[in-house]
Amino acid sequence: MTVLEQRGSRNENYWPAPPPAWRPRVDPEPLLPDAEPYRLLGTDAVSRVDSGLLTELYGHLVRGRRYNAQATALTRQGRLAVYPSSTGQEACQVAAALVLEEQDWLFPSYRDTLAAVARGLDPVQALTLLRGDWHTGYDPREHRIAPLCTPLATQLPHAVGLARAARLKGDDVVAMALVGDGGTSEGDFHEALNFAAVWQAPVVFLVQNNGFAISVPLAKQSAAPSLAHKAVGYGMPGRLVDGNDAPALHEVLTEAVERARRGGGPTLVEAITYRVEAHTNADDATRYRTDDEVEQWRGHDPIALVERELSERGLLSDAFAQQVRDGAEELAAGLRDRMNQDPVLDPMDLFAHVYAEPTAQLREQEAQLRAELAAEAEGEAGSGRGPAHETTGKERP
Amino acid sequence: MTATATEAGRKPVSMAQALNRALRDAMADDPAVHVMGEDVGELGGVFRITDGLVKEFGEERCGDTPLAEAGILGTAVGMAMYGLRPVVEMQFDAFAYPGFEQLISHVARMRNRTRGAMPLPLTIRVPYGGGIGGVEHHSDSSEAYYLATPGLQVVTPATVADAYGLLRAAIASDDPVVFLEPKRLYWSRADWSPDDPAPVAPLGRAEIRRPGSSATLITYGPSLPVCMEAAEAATAEGWDLEVLDLRSLQPFDDETVCASVRRTGRAVVVHEASGFGGPGGEIAARVTERCFHHLEAPVLRVAGFDIPYPPPMLERHHLPGVDRILDTVGRLQWEADWTEGSGD
Ligand SMILES: Cc1ncc(C[n+]2csc(CCOP(=O)(O)OP(=O)(O)O)c2C)c(N)n1
Repeated sequence: MTVLEQRGSRNENYWPAPPPAWRPRVDPEPLLPDAEPYRLLGTDAVSRVDSGLLTELYGHLVRGRRYNAQATALTRQGRLAVYPSSTGQEACQVAAALVLEEQDWLFPSYRDTLAAVARGLDPVQALTLLRGDWHTGYDPREHRIAPLCTPLATQLPHAVGLARAARLKGDDVVAMALVGDGGTSEGDFHEALNFAAVWQAPVVFLVQNNGFAISVPLAKQSAAPSLAHKAVGYGMPGRLVDGNDAPALHEVLTEAVERARRGGGPTLVEAITYRVEAHTNADDATRYRTDDEVEQWRGHDPIALVERELSERGLLSDAFAQQVRDGAEELAAGLRDRMNQDPVLDPMDLFAHVYAEPTAQLREQEAQLRAELAAEAEGEAGSGRGPAHETTGKERP
Repeated sequence: MTATATEAGRKPVSMAQALNRALRDAMADDPAVHVMGEDVGELGGVFRITDGLVKEFGEERCGDTPLAEAGILGTAVGMAMYGLRPVVEMQFDAFAYPGFEQLISHVARMRNRTRGAMPLPLTIRVPYGGGIGGVEHHSDSSEAYYLATPGLQVVTPATVADAYGLLRAAIASDDPVVFLEPKRLYWSRADWSPDDPAPVAPLGRAEIRRPGSSATLITYGPSLPVCMEAAEAATAEGWDLEVLDLRSLQPFDDETVCASVRRTGRAVVVHEASGFGGPGGEIAARVTERCFHHLEAPVLRVAGFDIPYPPPMLERHHLPGVDRILDTVGRLQWEADWTEGSGD
């Protein structure tokens, strides 16, 4: 008998029956993702996509691209400290937002401003983190959008906890949690998936696999057959989808959201897409990838793919295309104008939101800063003296 | 701690039982309170602090989680975001470390990053400290890590009544509280019985446990009984020591601490955590800055050595004991050779 044969055998005398608390093993087969990413555009199945949905997706994609371009331009003008663009990934962003109902929650990362905007968040509020005037510019409960999260994958367990809390309260809420390919290596990703599966929490995890974590390609990130395969080990279905095919994403995510809503538990969706721009405006992508590669992916552009289908259906009239472009320009112009106004900041806010009640120590520090600001203002008002911190010890009483 | 409750025919309870009672009362009063952690369900926690809660409130309100501290804290953040008040148990001090990412990056600053729109009412119970013969990773005093993180409140009871009162206050707080439970006091009994009125212990308020006039011992948690013992022993040397129990390390009660030190003119800070970078340094600095002209001697510290927590058979050499406290108190007498003596 070979070792392998031995492994397969079961000696009843040696191996006792598992205690009742052990759950029967789940059959992994139905949880496994397809070998190829799921597609609708360019296949016969596209005919079942509703024309209304196609035009809606198209409008959002075009606006999204323009939004990304405008935000990147704002970094060059020094209006934004940094911008991680989602150009090329708009289909993921838009689909993730559109499949949610009003009461559902979105858990975005720093790259997912567009998803937040597609969900209805004011584009300027979505950018406060990246502009640097405050960390989160909006009330998360008002829009049911968690703060844009910078430490990778750490928002995923929040999504699980929130979804579970909602379920415990009897509320019909699904959480959509976004993460990048690099983020799937973090411990929080694994813990979140495990908790979600054990609790059967109504969560959808969407991995936007855009090929790189800053400069590190997926091959150096993970040895898994696909990122979607990771679902099986936790006991949830994994789905693999073309992340540039907006209707395919919309369908797969809708299914996952409905499954979660029905009490069917979490799903892990891996969307294969590509980051056309550099990691952020501060990154030089030519150090880790070729122009050829980028060009190839430009040929598989999410907007062009929908455009093609719309024109084949005769739905892309000049007037309609113009109307969509005008809408996008209007968004960009509004963003530009408002971002060009300096934000009004109150330094006293530094102490206002640390605790419900500022501690005695914070009150002291607040008084200190207030005095420093007053001295600074007095200095500026023409006394000839510089700001307080430049005075010498001798000038003090 | 006297036996008056026994005399009155009532049963004094242990700190562990008082904590259990506090959880039970908080859960009964507010359906938003959920207890979660490793083994907190049927087992009732490895220290039995959650004993019986699953029977009374069901698995949804007191449930076993998978074994993952970051996951426990991270999901508790999401639950708090949706309006629940999770009370999380970290099994032992040193096993909370995998959760620090969530604690520091999210728990501590959710209110701040959302400009107050999203407070995070979350209580993190951490059994801490040594003296119970625990093996490696079961005896850390981790309070300095928490204290270094703005946005967290850090409290630790030293008496049975405070265990109840502080835990109720922690759960009621709209901000996250790291609730440090001195595990070697879990089985200490006192004169509080659940038949008595519920004790009240507001966060941020220190308490004088023994009034005195010659010096203040500033301490908290597991070191309080040691300081009380030292104060009694010191009377033989003619010292009348005041013993101050901080109870709350953040918010910090400068007022009570400074009033005491101004009265006595001398202070020793006592804690189990390592001295270097420990809370004692911060406390000594605050006292010096505020009470300099009242001080008859430098503020001294008695702390654990600057070593990883030692194996149980050696821990008594590491933990601040009565003798070490008395030796230090002796050094408070300002003498010509003091500076020399302090060079050790
Ligand atoms: C915990 C953590 N480690 C490191 C970083 C720094 N960092 C920011 S983005 C990034 C790469 C993320 O790649 P991926 O998850 O694939 O997402 P993408 O940026 O491609 O959307 C890194 C390493 C971080 N934000 N958080």
